[in-house]
Amino acid sequence: MNISTVVELLEARLICGDVNQEREFLYGFASDLMSDVLTLDSDNLILITGLTNTQVIRTAEMADIHCVVLVRGKKVSAEMINLAEENHITLIETPFSMFRTVSVLYEAGLKPVY
Amino acid sequence: MEFRYEVEGGNFSRAGHASSAVKKILKQLNVDNRIIKRIVVALYEGEVNVVAHAHKGNILVYIDEQKINIKIEDEGPGIPDIDLAMQAGYSTASAAVREMGFGAGMGLPNIKKNTDELKIASDVGKGTTLEMITYLQ
Repeated sequence: MNISTVVELLEARLICGDVNQEREFLYGFASDLMSDVLTLDSDNLILITGLTNTQVIRTAEMADIHCVVLVRGKKVSAEMINLAEENHITLIETPFSMFRTVSVLYEAGLKPVY
Repeated sequence: MEFRYEVEGGNFSRAGHASSAVKKILKQLNVDNRIIKRIVVALYEGEVNVVAHAHKGNILVYIDEQKINIKIEDEGPGIPDIDLAMQAGYSTASAAVREMGFGAGMGLPNIKKNTDELKIASDVGKGTTLEMITYLQ
C-alpha cells in the first residue's frame, strides 16, 4: 500500500512527506505505547497512534518506521514536523478514530504484525 | 572513535538526541541497517531511562571495526533489584513518563534483546551504569 492510498482511504491530510513516494507499506501496528513499538522487527510498517509528542517521532526514527498516522485529528507541534522531515518520516493526520483507521487499512490489505 | 553525550533528567523534549546522533554516525560508517536498528533501539531505551528516572547522565560511545561499546552512566536513584527490573512488565515509572508512551516495564528486557552483551551495575541512591556491546558484523 502506498502513501496516496493511505491518505485517500483515511480521508486524511498529509502533514509532511511526499504523497507520491514509491515506498510500499505491508504492515500496520496501532499503539500509544512507544515501548511496544520499539520491540517490533518488521520493515515497511505504518504506525497508527493517538499519541502526539516528539517521542513518537524519535521512536519512529530509531525503529526505521517511515510513516506515522495520527488519529482523531490530533494536532502536531512544529518540533514534531521538523524532526519528521529531518528523518524522512511521512506524517498523516486523519479525523478517524484509531478503531476505524485500523479497520479501513486492514480491509484494504495492510497486514498485522502479530 | 569516541563520542560523548550528556543527558538531562526529566527533559523529554531532548530525549533521543544522543541516539539520533549515533544513528547518523553508524549510517555514515555503512553499518548494516538491521544492526543499526538494534543498536539505536537499545540506546534510545537507555537514554529514555535516564530522562525518566535519573537527574543526569552521560553516554560514552566507542566504535572500532568489530563492535560498538556504549556506556550509559547516570546519577540517580539506582536500581535496588536488577533481576526484578529485568522482568517484563515491572516498572517504577511516573505518570508523566507513561504519558510520553513509556514506563510499561519493557525497556531493560528490550535492551537485552537488542544487544550482544549487556552489563548493569547499580548503586542505590547514587546511580546506574549500563554497558552495551554489539558486534557490527
